[in-house]
Amino acid sequence: MIVAEPKPIAEVAELIKTGRHVLIVGCGECVTVCQAGGEKEVEVLASALRILWKKEGKDGTIDTQTIVRQCEPEYVAELAKKVKDADIVLSLGCGVGVQFIAEAYPDKWVVPGLNTKFGGGTVKAGVWEERCGFCGDCILHLTGGICPVIRCSKSILNGPCGGSQDGHCEVAKDIPCAWQLIYDRLKGLGRLELLDEIRPPKDWRTSRDGGPRKFVKEEAMIE
Amino acid sequence: MTGERTELTTATAGGDGVYATPSRLERVLKAGHFAVTCEIGPPQSAKAEGIRKHAEVLKDYSDGQNLTDNQTAIVRLCSLAAAVHVKAAGGEPIMQMTARDRNRIAIQSDILGAASLGISNLLCLGGDHQTFGNHPGARNVHDIDSIQMIQIVRQMRDEKKFQCGAEIKSDEPRMFVGAAENPFGDPFEFRVRRLAKKVAAGAEFIQTQCIFDLERFERFMRMVRDEGLDEKVYILAGITPAKSAKALQYMQTVPGMRVPDELIKRMAGAEDQKAEGVRIAVEMIQALKEIKGVRGVHIMAIAWESIVPEIVEKAGLYPRPKVA
Repeated sequence: MIVAEPKPIAEVAELIKTGRHVLIVGCGECVTVCQAGGEKEVEVLASALRILWKKEGKDGTIDTQTIVRQCEPEYVAELAKKVKDADIVLSLGCGVGVQFIAEAYPDKWVVPGLNTKFGGGTVKAGVWEERCGFCGDCILHLTGGICPVIRCSKSILNGPCGGSQDGHCEVAKDIPCAWQLIYDRLKGLGRLELLDEIRPPKDWRTSRDGGPRKFVKEEAMIE
Repeated sequence: MTGERTELTTATAGGDGVYATPSRLERVLKAGHFAVTCEIGPPQSAKAEGIRKHAEVLKDYSDGQNLTDNQTAIVRLCSLAAAVHVKAAGGEPIMQMTARDRNRIAIQSDILGAASLGISNLLCLGGDHQTFGNHPGARNVHDIDSIQMIQIVRQMRDEKKFQCGAEIKSDEPRMFVGAAENPFGDPFEFRVRRLAKKVAAGAEFIQTQCIFDLERFERFMRMVRDEGLDEKVYILAGITPAKSAKALQYMQTVPGMRVPDELIKRMAGAEDQKAEGVRIAVEMIQALKEIKGVRGVHIMAIAWESIVPEIVEKAGLYPRPKVA
Protein backbone atom coordinates (compact mmCIF):
# COMPACT_ATOMS: atom_id res chain seq x y z
CA MET A 1 0.00 0.00 0.00
CA ILE A 2 0.88 3.65 -0.18
CA VAL A 3 2.11 4.79 3.24
CA ALA A 4 1.64 8.41 4.25
CA GLU A 5 1.88 10.49 7.40
CA PRO A 6 -0.03 13.61 8.45
CA LYS A 7 1.62 16.97 7.96
CA PRO A 8 2.12 18.88 11.25
CA ILE A 9 -1.06 20.71 12.22
CA ALA A 10 0.70 24.10 12.10
CA GLU A 11 1.61 23.46 8.46
CA VAL A 12 -1.93 22.37 7.64
CA ALA A 13 -3.36 25.48 9.33
CA GLU A 14 -1.04 27.61 7.18
CA LEU A 15 -2.16 25.82 4.00
CA ILE A 16 -5.84 26.61 4.66
CA LYS A 17 -5.46 30.03 6.28
CA THR A 18 -6.93 31.95 3.31
CA GLY A 19 -10.03 29.72 3.31
CA ARG A 20 -13.37 30.36 4.99
CA HIS A 21 -15.07 27.14 4.00
CA VAL A 22 -12.73 24.19 4.06
CA LEU A 23 -13.63 20.65 3.03
CA ILE A 24 -11.42 17.91 4.44
CA VAL A 25 -11.54 14.75 2.30
CA GLY A 26 -10.55 11.34 3.62
CA CYS A 27 -9.78 8.17 1.69
CA GLY A 28 -10.91 4.67 2.57
CA GLU A 29 -7.93 2.82 1.14
CA CYS A 30 -4.21 2.77 2.05
CA VAL A 31 -4.22 5.88 4.21
CA THR A 32 -7.03 4.43 6.30
CA VAL A 33 -4.90 1.35 6.95
CA CYS A 34 -1.83 3.38 7.89
CA GLN A 35 -4.02 5.63 10.03
CA ALA A 36 -3.13 8.88 8.30
CA GLY A 37 -6.18 9.90 6.26
CA GLY A 38 -9.19 7.69 6.99
CA GLU A 39 -12.54 8.79 8.35
CA LYS A 40 -11.25 8.85 11.94
CA GLU A 41 -8.23 11.00 11.15
CA VAL A 42 -10.38 13.35 9.07
CA GLU A 43 -12.78 13.96 11.99
CA VAL A 44 -9.96 14.41 14.51
CA LEU A 45 -8.21 16.93 12.27
CA ALA A 46 -11.46 18.80 11.60
CA SER A 47 -12.09 19.16 15.36
CA ALA A 48 -8.55 20.35 15.97
CA LEU A 49 -8.74 22.94 13.21
CA ARG A 50 -12.15 24.19 14.39
CA ILE A 51 -10.71 24.70 17.89
CA LEU A 52 -7.68 26.47 16.42
CA TRP A 53 -9.87 28.80 14.32
CA LYS A 54 -12.06 29.53 17.31
CA LYS A 55 -9.01 30.41 19.41
CA GLU A 56 -7.81 32.73 16.64
CA GLY A 57 -11.27 34.29 16.44
CA LYS A 58 -11.61 33.18 12.85
CA ASP A 59 -15.03 32.88 11.31
CA GLY A 60 -15.62 29.93 8.98
CA THR A 61 -16.75 26.34 8.47
CA ILE A 62 -14.86 23.11 8.26
CA ASP A 63 -16.75 20.26 6.63
CA THR A 64 -15.67 16.63 6.06
CA GLN A 65 -16.28 13.73 3.71
CA THR A 66 -14.50 10.40 3.34
CA ILE A 67 -14.83 8.51 0.08
CA VAL A 68 -14.01 4.91 -0.88
CA ARG A 69 -10.88 5.90 -2.84
CA GLN A 70 -9.53 9.22 -4.00
CA CYS A 71 -7.68 7.58 -6.88
CA GLU A 72 -10.81 6.84 -8.90
CA PRO A 73 -12.89 9.52 -10.64
CA GLU A 74 -16.26 7.88 -9.94
CA TYR A 75 -15.71 8.17 -6.17
CA VAL A 76 -14.14 11.62 -6.47
CA ALA A 77 -17.34 12.70 -8.28
CA GLU A 78 -19.28 12.00 -5.08
CA LEU A 79 -17.58 15.05 -3.57
CA ALA A 80 -19.20 17.48 -6.02
CA LYS A 81 -21.86 18.90 -3.73
CA LYS A 82 -19.56 19.65 -0.81
CA VAL A 83 -16.71 20.83 -3.02
CA LYS A 84 -19.06 23.42 -4.53
CA ASP A 85 -19.55 25.04 -1.10
CA ALA A 86 -15.86 24.98 -0.20
CA ASP A 87 -13.17 27.49 -1.14
CA ILE A 88 -10.34 25.12 -0.17
CA VAL A 89 -10.27 21.33 -0.36
CA LEU A 90 -7.82 19.68 2.04
CA SER A 91 -7.15 16.12 0.89
CA LEU A 92 -6.01 13.50 3.38
CA GLY A 93 -5.36 11.12 0.51
CA CYS A 94 -1.94 10.27 -0.83
CA GLY A 95 -0.38 12.44 -3.54
CA VAL A 96 -2.43 10.55 -6.10
CA GLY A 97 -5.68 11.43 -4.34
CA VAL A 98 -4.81 15.13 -4.11
CA GLN A 99 -4.19 15.22 -7.84
CA PHE A 100 -7.31 13.29 -8.82
CA ILE A 101 -9.42 15.75 -6.81
CA ALA A 102 -7.63 18.73 -8.36
CA GLU A 103 -8.17 17.28 -11.84
CA ALA A 104 -11.88 16.68 -11.16
CA TYR A 105 -12.46 20.21 -9.85
CA PRO A 106 -10.36 22.56 -12.00
CA ASP A 107 -11.64 25.75 -10.37
CA LYS A 108 -10.93 24.63 -6.78
CA TRP A 109 -7.84 25.18 -4.65
CA VAL A 110 -6.79 21.70 -3.45
CA VAL A 111 -4.04 21.24 -0.83
CA PRO A 112 -2.34 18.14 0.66
CA GLY A 113 -2.79 17.27 4.34
CA LEU A 114 -0.39 14.31 4.22
CA ASN A 115 3.18 13.64 3.24
CA THR A 116 3.14 10.58 1.00
CA LYS A 117 6.09 8.43 1.95
CA PHE A 118 6.50 5.08 0.25
CA GLY A 119 5.14 1.79 -1.00
CA GLY A 120 5.22 -0.51 1.99
CA GLY A 121 3.37 -2.54 4.53
CA THR A 122 2.59 -3.03 8.21
CA VAL A 123 5.43 -4.78 10.05
CA LYS A 124 3.71 -4.51 13.42
CA ALA A 125 0.96 -2.40 14.93
CA GLY A 126 1.82 1.23 14.32
CA VAL A 127 4.94 0.53 12.23
CA TRP A 128 5.06 0.61 8.43
CA GLU A 129 8.16 -0.05 6.35
CA GLU A 130 9.13 0.57 2.75
CA ARG A 131 9.34 -2.42 0.45
CA CYS A 132 8.87 -1.24 -3.14
CA GLY A 133 10.42 1.62 -5.12
CA PHE A 134 8.12 1.20 -8.14
CA CYS A 135 11.09 0.81 -10.53
CA GLY A 136 8.93 -0.96 -13.09
CA ASP A 137 11.26 -3.92 -13.70
CA CYS A 138 11.10 -6.37 -10.81
CA ILE A 139 14.22 -8.36 -9.94
CA LEU A 140 13.04 -9.93 -6.68
CA HIS A 141 13.55 -13.41 -8.18
CA LEU A 142 17.29 -12.66 -8.26
CA THR A 143 17.58 -11.36 -4.73
CA GLY A 144 15.62 -13.80 -2.64
CA GLY A 145 12.54 -11.61 -2.45
CA ILE A 146 14.34 -8.63 -0.88
CA CYS A 147 14.55 -5.48 -2.98
CA PRO A 148 18.00 -3.85 -3.17
CA VAL A 149 16.73 -1.03 -5.38
CA ILE A 150 14.78 0.53 -2.54
CA ARG A 151 16.03 -1.21 0.60
CA CYS A 152 19.74 -0.62 -0.07
CA SER A 153 20.52 3.04 0.65
CA LYS A 154 22.64 3.13 -2.52
CA SER A 155 20.39 0.93 -4.71
CA ILE A 156 23.41 -1.29 -5.36
CA LEU A 157 22.66 -4.26 -7.61
CA ASN A 158 25.94 -6.03 -6.80
CA GLY A 159 26.12 -5.52 -3.06
CA PRO A 160 26.85 -5.20 -0.26
CA CYS A 161 29.03 -2.10 -0.16
CA GLY A 162 31.88 -1.76 2.32
CA GLY A 163 29.69 0.08 4.79
CA SER A 164 27.68 -2.99 5.80
CA GLN A 165 28.58 -3.94 9.34
CA ASP A 166 27.00 -6.26 11.89
CA GLY A 167 23.90 -6.48 9.74
CA HIS A 168 23.16 -2.78 9.50
CA CYS A 169 23.52 -0.13 6.84
CA GLU A 170 26.22 2.55 7.06
CA VAL A 171 23.51 5.19 7.09
CA ALA A 172 22.09 4.24 10.51
CA LYS A 173 22.16 1.38 12.96
CA ASP A 174 18.39 0.99 12.82
CA ILE A 175 18.45 0.35 9.06
CA PRO A 176 19.09 -3.30 8.21
CA CYS A 177 21.58 -3.82 5.37
CA ALA A 178 19.43 -5.12 2.51
CA TRP A 179 22.37 -7.09 1.14
CA GLN A 180 22.96 -8.81 4.48
CA LEU A 181 19.29 -9.80 4.39
CA ILE A 182 19.65 -11.00 0.80
CA TYR A 183 22.80 -12.94 1.65
CA ASP A 184 21.24 -14.60 4.70
CA ARG A 185 18.10 -15.59 2.83
CA LEU A 186 19.87 -16.96 -0.24
CA LYS A 187 22.30 -18.84 1.99
CA GLY A 188 19.39 -20.37 3.88
CA LEU A 189 17.75 -21.39 0.61
CA GLY A 190 21.00 -22.76 -0.85
CA ARG A 191 20.93 -20.25 -3.69
CA LEU A 192 24.08 -18.18 -2.99
CA GLU A 193 25.31 -18.79 -6.54
CA LEU A 194 22.82 -16.10 -7.62
CA LEU A 195 25.12 -13.56 -5.99
CA ASP A 196 28.14 -14.60 -8.05
CA GLU A 197 26.57 -13.29 -11.25
CA ILE A 198 27.35 -9.69 -12.10
CA ARG A 199 24.11 -7.77 -12.53
CA PRO A 200 24.36 -5.31 -15.42
CA PRO A 201 23.38 -1.63 -15.19
CA LYS A 202 19.64 -1.29 -14.83
CA ASP A 203 17.51 0.26 -17.54
CA TRP A 204 15.84 2.97 -15.50
CA ARG A 205 13.39 3.94 -18.24
CA THR A 206 10.76 1.77 -16.57
CA SER A 207 11.24 3.87 -13.43
CA ARG A 208 10.49 7.60 -13.20
CA ASP A 209 13.65 8.29 -15.20
CA GLY A 210 11.69 7.49 -18.37
CA GLY A 211 9.19 10.26 -17.60
CA PRO A 212 5.74 9.96 -16.01
CA ARG A 213 4.42 6.45 -16.49
CA LYS A 214 1.16 5.05 -17.75
CA PHE A 215 -0.26 1.54 -17.74
CA VAL A 216 -2.86 0.54 -20.28
CA LYS A 217 -4.73 -2.76 -20.17
CA GLU A 218 -6.71 -2.83 -23.37
CA GLU A 219 -9.11 -5.61 -22.41
CA ALA A 220 -10.17 -3.56 -19.41
CA MET A 221 -11.05 -0.54 -21.55
CA ILE A 222 -14.70 0.13 -22.22
CA GLU A 223 -14.32 2.61 -25.09
CA MET B 1 64.90 -3.45 -9.39
CA THR B 2 64.04 -5.12 -6.17
CA GLY B 3 61.97 -8.18 -5.53
CA GLU B 4 61.37 -11.03 -7.89
CA ARG B 5 59.10 -10.66 -10.86
CA THR B 6 55.63 -11.86 -9.98
CA GLU B 7 53.54 -11.02 -12.96
CA LEU B 8 49.94 -12.01 -12.60
CA THR B 9 48.55 -14.76 -14.76
CA THR B 10 45.82 -12.59 -16.23
CA ALA B 11 47.67 -10.24 -18.53
CA THR B 12 45.40 -7.38 -19.48
CA ALA B 13 44.35 -7.14 -23.07
CA GLY B 14 44.96 -4.27 -25.45
CA GLY B 15 47.64 -1.58 -25.36
CA ASP B 16 51.09 -2.48 -26.60
CA GLY B 17 50.73 -6.12 -25.69
CA VAL B 18 52.61 -5.95 -22.40
CA TYR B 19 50.94 -2.95 -20.83
CA ALA B 20 47.29 -2.12 -21.27
CA THR B 21 47.63 1.55 -20.38
CA PRO B 22 50.21 4.34 -20.11
CA SER B 23 50.01 4.01 -16.29
CA ARG B 24 53.30 4.01 -14.39
CA LEU B 25 51.56 2.19 -11.53
CA GLU B 26 50.74 -0.64 -13.93
CA ARG B 27 54.43 -0.89 -14.82
CA VAL B 28 55.55 -0.92 -11.20
CA LEU B 29 53.10 -3.68 -10.33
CA LYS B 30 53.77 -5.76 -13.42
CA ALA B 31 57.52 -5.54 -12.74
CA GLY B 32 56.79 -7.26 -9.45
CA HIS B 33 57.71 -4.38 -7.17
CA PHE B 34 56.00 -4.03 -3.81
CA ALA B 35 53.99 -0.91 -4.64
CA VAL B 36 53.29 2.13 -2.51
CA THR B 37 50.33 4.38 -3.18
CA CYS B 38 49.10 7.21 -1.04
CA GLU B 39 46.19 9.60 -0.83
CA ILE B 40 45.80 13.33 -1.23
CA GLY B 41 42.54 14.86 -0.04
CA PRO B 42 41.60 17.90 -2.18
CA PRO B 43 40.67 21.08 -0.28
CA GLN B 44 37.24 22.62 0.29
CA SER B 45 38.28 25.56 -1.85
CA ALA B 46 39.59 26.38 -5.31
CA LYS B 47 43.19 26.56 -4.06
CA ALA B 48 45.42 23.93 -5.70
CA GLU B 49 48.68 24.90 -4.01
CA GLY B 50 48.39 22.26 -1.27
CA ILE B 51 47.72 19.48 -3.78
CA ARG B 52 50.75 20.51 -5.85
CA LYS B 53 53.01 20.74 -2.80
CA HIS B 54 51.97 17.31 -1.54
CA ALA B 55 52.41 15.85 -5.03
CA GLU B 56 55.93 17.31 -5.40
CA VAL B 57 56.99 15.45 -2.24
CA LEU B 58 54.90 12.30 -2.55
CA LYS B 59 55.86 11.56 -6.18
CA ASP B 60 59.24 10.34 -4.94
CA TYR B 61 57.83 8.29 -2.07
CA SER B 62 54.95 6.55 -3.82
CA ASP B 63 54.05 5.00 -7.16
CA GLY B 64 50.64 6.57 -7.34
CA GLN B 65 48.68 9.26 -5.55
CA ASN B 66 44.92 8.84 -5.06
CA LEU B 67 42.76 11.92 -5.37
CA THR B 68 39.62 11.40 -3.37
CA ASP B 69 36.24 12.21 -4.88
CA ASN B 70 34.30 14.37 -2.40
CA GLN B 71 35.15 11.92 0.38
CA THR B 72 32.60 11.51 3.15
CA ALA B 73 30.27 13.41 0.81
CA ILE B 74 31.80 16.79 1.64
CA VAL B 75 32.15 19.14 -1.32
CA ARG B 76 35.78 19.50 -2.34
CA LEU B 77 37.81 20.41 -5.38
CA CYS B 78 37.00 17.68 -7.89
CA SER B 79 39.20 14.62 -8.21
CA LEU B 80 39.67 15.14 -11.94
CA ALA B 81 41.10 18.65 -11.52
CA ALA B 82 43.15 17.49 -8.52
CA ALA B 83 44.57 14.66 -10.63
CA VAL B 84 45.60 17.17 -13.29
CA HIS B 85 47.44 19.23 -10.66
CA VAL B 86 49.24 16.10 -9.46
CA LYS B 87 50.21 15.19 -13.00
CA ALA B 88 51.56 18.70 -13.60
CA ALA B 89 53.68 18.35 -10.46
CA GLY B 90 55.23 15.16 -11.84
CA GLY B 91 53.08 12.72 -9.89
CA GLU B 92 51.14 9.63 -10.94
CA PRO B 93 47.50 10.42 -10.22
CA ILE B 94 44.95 7.75 -9.34
CA MET B 95 41.63 9.46 -9.86
CA GLN B 96 38.85 8.25 -7.59
CA MET B 97 35.33 8.26 -8.91
CA THR B 98 32.14 7.49 -7.03
CA ALA B 99 28.78 6.38 -8.38
CA ARG B 100 27.07 8.58 -5.82
CA ASP B 101 27.17 11.88 -7.69
CA ARG B 102 27.19 10.95 -11.35
CA ASN B 103 25.11 8.87 -13.70
CA ARG B 104 26.59 6.73 -16.47
CA ILE B 105 26.62 9.68 -18.86
CA ALA B 106 28.67 11.91 -16.55
CA ILE B 107 30.97 9.04 -15.52
CA GLN B 108 31.92 8.15 -19.09
CA SER B 109 32.27 11.81 -19.99
CA ASP B 110 34.64 12.41 -17.05
CA ILE B 111 36.67 9.33 -18.00
CA LEU B 112 37.13 10.67 -21.53
CA GLY B 113 38.11 14.05 -20.11
CA ALA B 114 40.54 12.56 -17.61
CA ALA B 115 42.22 10.41 -20.24
CA SER B 116 42.54 13.45 -22.51
CA LEU B 117 44.46 15.16 -19.71
CA GLY B 118 46.91 12.29 -19.30
CA ILE B 119 45.30 10.52 -16.34
CA SER B 120 45.56 6.76 -16.62
CA ASN B 121 44.55 5.29 -13.25
CA LEU B 122 40.97 5.15 -12.05
CA LEU B 123 39.59 3.84 -8.77
CA CYS B 124 35.91 2.89 -9.07
CA LEU B 125 33.87 3.43 -5.92
CA GLY B 126 30.29 3.45 -4.72
CA GLY B 127 30.88 6.42 -2.45
CA ASP B 128 30.03 7.27 1.15
CA HIS B 129 26.35 8.01 1.61
CA GLN B 130 25.54 11.71 1.30
CA THR B 131 23.94 11.86 4.76
CA PHE B 132 27.49 11.75 6.21
CA GLY B 133 28.51 14.93 4.44
CA ASN B 134 27.74 18.61 4.49
CA HIS B 135 24.85 18.39 2.03
CA PRO B 136 22.74 15.67 3.63
CA GLY B 137 19.67 16.84 1.70
CA ALA B 138 21.33 16.06 -1.64
CA ARG B 139 19.81 13.53 -3.98
CA ASN B 140 22.03 10.53 -4.63
CA VAL B 141 22.47 9.08 -8.08
CA HIS B 142 23.65 5.44 -7.95
CA ASP B 143 22.57 4.91 -11.54
CA ILE B 144 25.27 2.23 -11.61
CA ASP B 145 27.26 0.57 -8.84
CA SER B 146 31.04 0.24 -8.47
CA ILE B 147 31.18 -3.20 -10.10
CA GLN B 148 29.22 -1.95 -13.10
CA MET B 149 31.56 1.07 -13.25
CA ILE B 150 34.57 -1.27 -13.46
CA GLN B 151 32.91 -3.10 -16.36
CA ILE B 152 32.15 0.14 -18.16
CA VAL B 153 35.73 1.48 -17.90
CA ARG B 154 37.14 -1.82 -19.13
CA GLN B 155 34.63 -1.95 -21.97
CA MET B 156 35.57 1.59 -23.02
CA ARG B 157 39.23 0.59 -23.04
CA ASP B 158 39.25 -2.97 -24.34
CA GLU B 159 36.20 -3.09 -26.57
CA LYS B 160 36.22 0.61 -27.52
CA LYS B 161 32.54 0.83 -26.70
CA PHE B 162 30.44 3.05 -24.52
CA GLN B 163 28.10 1.43 -22.02
CA CYS B 164 25.24 1.78 -24.52
CA GLY B 165 27.21 -0.28 -27.03
CA ALA B 166 28.08 2.61 -29.38
CA GLU B 167 31.59 2.49 -30.73
CA ILE B 168 34.35 4.84 -29.54
CA LYS B 169 35.69 5.60 -32.98
CA SER B 170 39.15 6.78 -31.92
CA ASP B 171 41.27 7.57 -28.87
CA GLU B 172 39.51 5.31 -26.40
CA PRO B 173 40.38 6.13 -22.76
CA ARG B 174 43.04 3.73 -21.47
CA MET B 175 42.63 3.50 -17.72
CA PHE B 176 44.38 1.11 -15.34
CA VAL B 177 41.35 0.09 -13.34
CA GLY B 178 41.21 -0.19 -9.59
CA ALA B 179 38.56 -0.92 -7.00
CA ALA B 180 38.25 -0.82 -3.25
CA GLU B 181 37.55 -3.71 -0.93
CA ASN B 182 36.71 -3.65 2.73
CA PRO B 183 37.88 -6.83 4.47
CA PHE B 184 36.15 -5.56 7.60
CA GLY B 185 32.69 -5.19 6.12
CA ASP B 186 29.98 -7.79 6.51
CA PRO B 187 28.93 -10.42 5.71
CA PHE B 188 32.58 -11.38 6.20
CA GLU B 189 32.30 -14.74 4.45
CA PHE B 190 30.89 -13.02 1.36
CA ARG B 191 33.55 -10.28 1.06
CA VAL B 192 35.93 -12.48 -0.92
CA ARG B 193 33.17 -13.65 -3.25
CA ARG B 194 32.33 -10.03 -3.90
CA LEU B 195 36.01 -9.28 -4.51
CA ALA B 196 35.92 -12.08 -7.08
CA LYS B 197 33.05 -10.26 -8.79
CA LYS B 198 35.12 -7.07 -8.94
CA VAL B 199 37.99 -9.02 -10.48
CA ALA B 200 35.63 -10.71 -12.95
CA ALA B 201 34.27 -7.27 -13.83
CA GLY B 202 37.82 -6.22 -14.72
CA ALA B 203 39.48 -4.68 -11.67
CA GLU B 204 43.26 -4.86 -12.03
CA PHE B 205 44.26 -3.50 -8.67
CA ILE B 206 42.54 -3.33 -5.30
CA GLN B 207 43.11 -0.84 -2.51
CA THR B 208 41.68 -2.05 0.78
CA GLN B 209 40.06 -0.21 3.65
CA CYS B 210 42.64 0.70 6.32
CA ILE B 211 43.78 -2.25 8.33
CA PHE B 212 44.11 -2.18 12.10
CA ASP B 213 42.81 -5.69 12.76
CA LEU B 214 45.63 -7.74 11.27
CA GLU B 215 44.21 -11.07 12.41
CA ARG B 216 40.99 -10.52 10.47
CA PHE B 217 42.90 -9.26 7.42
CA GLU B 218 45.06 -12.40 7.46
CA ARG B 219 41.92 -14.54 7.52
CA PHE B 220 40.60 -12.49 4.60
CA MET B 221 43.80 -12.99 2.61
CA ARG B 222 43.72 -16.72 3.28
CA MET B 223 40.27 -16.82 1.67
CA VAL B 224 41.58 -14.63 -1.19
CA ARG B 225 44.38 -17.13 -1.84
CA ASP B 226 42.01 -20.10 -1.58
CA GLU B 227 40.02 -18.54 -4.42
CA GLY B 228 43.23 -17.86 -6.38
CA LEU B 229 42.40 -14.16 -6.48
CA ASP B 230 45.89 -13.09 -5.38
CA GLU B 231 47.08 -14.35 -8.76
CA LYS B 232 44.47 -12.35 -10.63
CA VAL B 233 44.58 -8.91 -9.06
CA TYR B 234 47.16 -6.69 -7.38
CA ILE B 235 46.07 -6.16 -3.78
CA LEU B 236 47.38 -3.07 -2.02
CA ALA B 237 46.71 -3.18 1.70
CA GLY B 238 45.35 -0.01 3.29
CA ILE B 239 47.27 1.80 6.02
CA THR B 240 46.14 4.83 8.00
CA PRO B 241 48.60 6.36 10.45
CA ALA B 242 46.73 7.75 13.45
CA LYS B 243 47.84 10.90 15.26
CA SER B 244 46.26 10.02 18.59
CA ALA B 245 44.27 7.52 20.61
CA LYS B 246 41.31 9.83 20.12
CA ALA B 247 41.63 9.54 16.35
CA LEU B 248 41.65 5.73 16.65
CA GLN B 249 38.60 5.88 18.91
CA TYR B 250 36.80 7.93 16.29
CA MET B 251 37.78 5.47 13.53
CA GLN B 252 36.34 2.66 15.64
CA THR B 253 32.91 4.30 15.19
CA VAL B 254 33.16 4.68 11.41
CA PRO B 255 30.92 2.15 9.61
CA GLY B 256 32.95 -0.62 8.04
CA MET B 257 36.08 -0.06 10.19
CA ARG B 258 37.45 -2.33 12.90
CA VAL B 259 40.01 -1.00 15.37
CA PRO B 260 41.04 -3.39 18.17
CA ASP B 261 40.81 -1.99 21.72
CA GLU B 262 44.42 -3.08 22.45
CA LEU B 263 45.67 -0.76 19.74
CA ILE B 264 43.84 2.18 21.29
CA LYS B 265 45.25 1.22 24.68
CA ARG B 266 48.78 1.07 23.28
CA MET B 267 48.35 4.50 21.68
CA ALA B 268 46.84 6.02 24.82
CA GLY B 269 49.81 4.79 26.84
CA ALA B 270 52.39 6.32 24.50
CA GLU B 271 54.28 9.43 25.53
CA ASP B 272 54.42 10.79 21.99
CA GLN B 273 51.23 9.60 20.31
CA LYS B 274 52.13 10.90 16.84
CA ALA B 275 55.44 9.03 16.90
CA GLU B 276 53.59 5.94 18.14
CA GLY B 277 51.15 6.30 15.24
CA VAL B 278 54.07 6.23 12.82
CA ARG B 279 55.59 3.21 14.61
CA ILE B 280 52.29 1.32 14.42
CA ALA B 281 51.95 2.13 10.70
CA VAL B 282 55.50 0.96 9.98
CA GLU B 283 55.02 -2.26 11.96
CA MET B 284 51.77 -2.86 10.12
CA ILE B 285 53.45 -2.40 6.71
CA GLN B 286 56.18 -4.84 7.71
CA ALA B 287 53.60 -7.41 8.78
CA LEU B 288 51.56 -6.89 5.60
CA LYS B 289 54.66 -7.36 3.41
CA GLU B 290 54.93 -10.88 4.76
CA ILE B 291 51.39 -11.85 3.77
CA LYS B 292 51.32 -13.77 0.52
CA GLY B 293 49.23 -12.02 -2.10
CA VAL B 294 49.74 -8.49 -0.75
CA ARG B 295 51.42 -6.62 -3.61
CA GLY B 296 51.80 -3.26 -1.99
CA VAL B 297 50.41 -0.78 0.48
CA HIS B 298 48.05 2.14 0.12
CA ILE B 299 48.79 4.79 2.74
CA MET B 300 45.81 6.98 3.57
CA ALA B 301 47.26 9.63 5.86
CA ILE B 302 44.05 11.60 6.24
CA ALA B 303 44.91 15.32 6.62
CA TRP B 304 48.48 14.17 7.44
CA GLU B 305 49.99 13.70 3.97
CA SER B 306 53.33 15.13 5.15
CA ILE B 307 54.02 12.05 7.28
CA VAL B 308 54.06 9.65 4.31
CA PRO B 309 57.78 10.04 3.41
CA GLU B 310 58.83 9.18 6.97
CA ILE B 311 56.63 6.07 7.03
CA VAL B 312 57.83 4.92 3.60
CA GLU B 313 61.48 5.38 4.60
CA LYS B 314 61.10 3.67 7.96
CA ALA B 315 59.28 0.76 6.32
CA GLY B 316 62.28 0.29 4.02
CA LEU B 317 60.30 1.15 0.91
CA TYR B 318 62.43 4.10 -0.18
CA PRO B 319 63.63 4.81 -2.83
CA ARG B 320 60.79 3.86 -5.14
CA PRO B 321 61.61 1.93 -8.32
CA LYS B 322 62.11 3.83 -11.55
CA VAL B 323 60.04 2.56 -14.46
CA ALA B 324 59.96 3.68 -18.06
